[in-house]
Amino acid sequence: MEHAVEATITVNGTEVRRRIEPRQHLVDFLREELGLTGSHLGCEHGVCGACTVRVDGAIVRGCLMLAVQADGCKVETIEGLSDSGELAKLQQAFHARNALQCGFCTPAMLLTARDLQLRNPKAGREQIREHLSGNYCRCTGYQAIVDAVEEVLHGKG
Amino acid sequence: MKAPPFAYAKPRALAEALELLARPGAQALAGGQSLIPSLNMRLSSPELLVDITGLAELKGIGLEQGVVRIGALVTHAEIERADVVKQHLPLLAAAVPHIAHPAIRNRGTIGGSLALADPAAEYPACALALDATIVIEGAKGKREVKAEKFFKGLFETDLKPGELLTAVEFKAQMKDERSAFLELARRRGDYATVGLAAFAANGAKRLAYFGAGDRPLLATHAAKAGDLEAAKAALAQDLRPPADLYHSSATKLHLARVLLERAWNTL
Repeated sequence: MEHAVEATITVNGTEVRRRIEPRQHLVDFLREELGLTGSHLGCEHGVCGACTVRVDGAIVRGCLMLAVQADGCKVETIEGLSDSGELAKLQQAFHARNALQCGFCTPAMLLTARDLQLRNPKAGREQIREHLSGNYCRCTGYQAIVDAVEEVLHGKG
Repeated sequence: MKAPPFAYAKPRALAEALELLARPGAQALAGGQSLIPSLNMRLSSPELLVDITGLAELKGIGLEQGVVRIGALVTHAEIERADVVKQHLPLLAAAVPHIAHPAIRNRGTIGGSLALADPAAEYPACALALDATIVIEGAKGKREVKAEKFFKGLFETDLKPGELLTAVEFKAQMKDERSAFLELARRRGDYATVGLAAFAANGAKRLAYFGAGDRPLLATHAAKAGDLEAAKAALAQDLRPPADLYHSSATKLHLARVLLERAWNTL
């Protein structure tokens, strides 16, 4: 730990203080140091979006942010947002619409969909696709995911 | 893959940052949306990352005497939401939605994009089309470089080792001036196959192409042409696009002409 830096990060409402190697990115920190394995790592270079987490209210690629850069930040993951009930409606719609198969992309997909719901609740299908364009799903072909998000945004049953 | 080891420092003042950046093997870290992938893929291995995101003087967008100054640390998302950009830099406002995806736009910065100088990136072409001024700080003080002189080649700029890009300045677009931004990409958010950032003022056009060379390029012959057909023909003198995995050079030139046609009547 020759380069380790001390950092304080609030993760899902709990303040954690750790010495962190600068080379460790945020999702490795969450997974390996804190055991929060809901944020996934697909490509580790910003293409697949599976690592999406929320930092100070904005969704980010967790693999493209060093954990030390989150010093003083509020980090929210699928675990926290699921427990708080913030994602409940989206989770229900994803379930009802079969908007997942293997589920690898789902936590990040939910966080990105929630981000759209907060920023542009009137978004249409095109805008939903645009907002989710940085999140890859290799199972569903996206149709059911867009259906589920649309259902939550517009109350379509 | 995982990044190689490096030391990390987060200076609070510009002078301190410049001092750190002068050390051998030091590299500035801003939004990290291109640097961290290159670390993760072990394409670069700095000894020291100088995290400049704590430097207040590199933040914020301001309009003063007809010039919009955008701090190097302003993120794509901040530019996307800024009313001053929508109002005075419509070209930039039109370009931002083409940059990657929301989660990346929340971290990536305009300074980082300009300093990296990816030949297929949006901002360098916008800076060229709008004749922007790049503001640079170094141990010897502050200097300013026009975009045309700043972009020198493939990922190559006028930035010297130890220098830091601190801001970019654009002349606010006037009512009788026009701009157009067009980009072709295989998927939404991808880097451009070919793109065009165009600006017209007082009958003179500036056509900046990206994804069509080793850096953003001004199509000067096409810009001087009297009509669209002549301009399309003249593009062959301006651009010799290198082929990529999916498109031959001829296809890229054809697509550059398609974009010119689409933009022509709006300029």
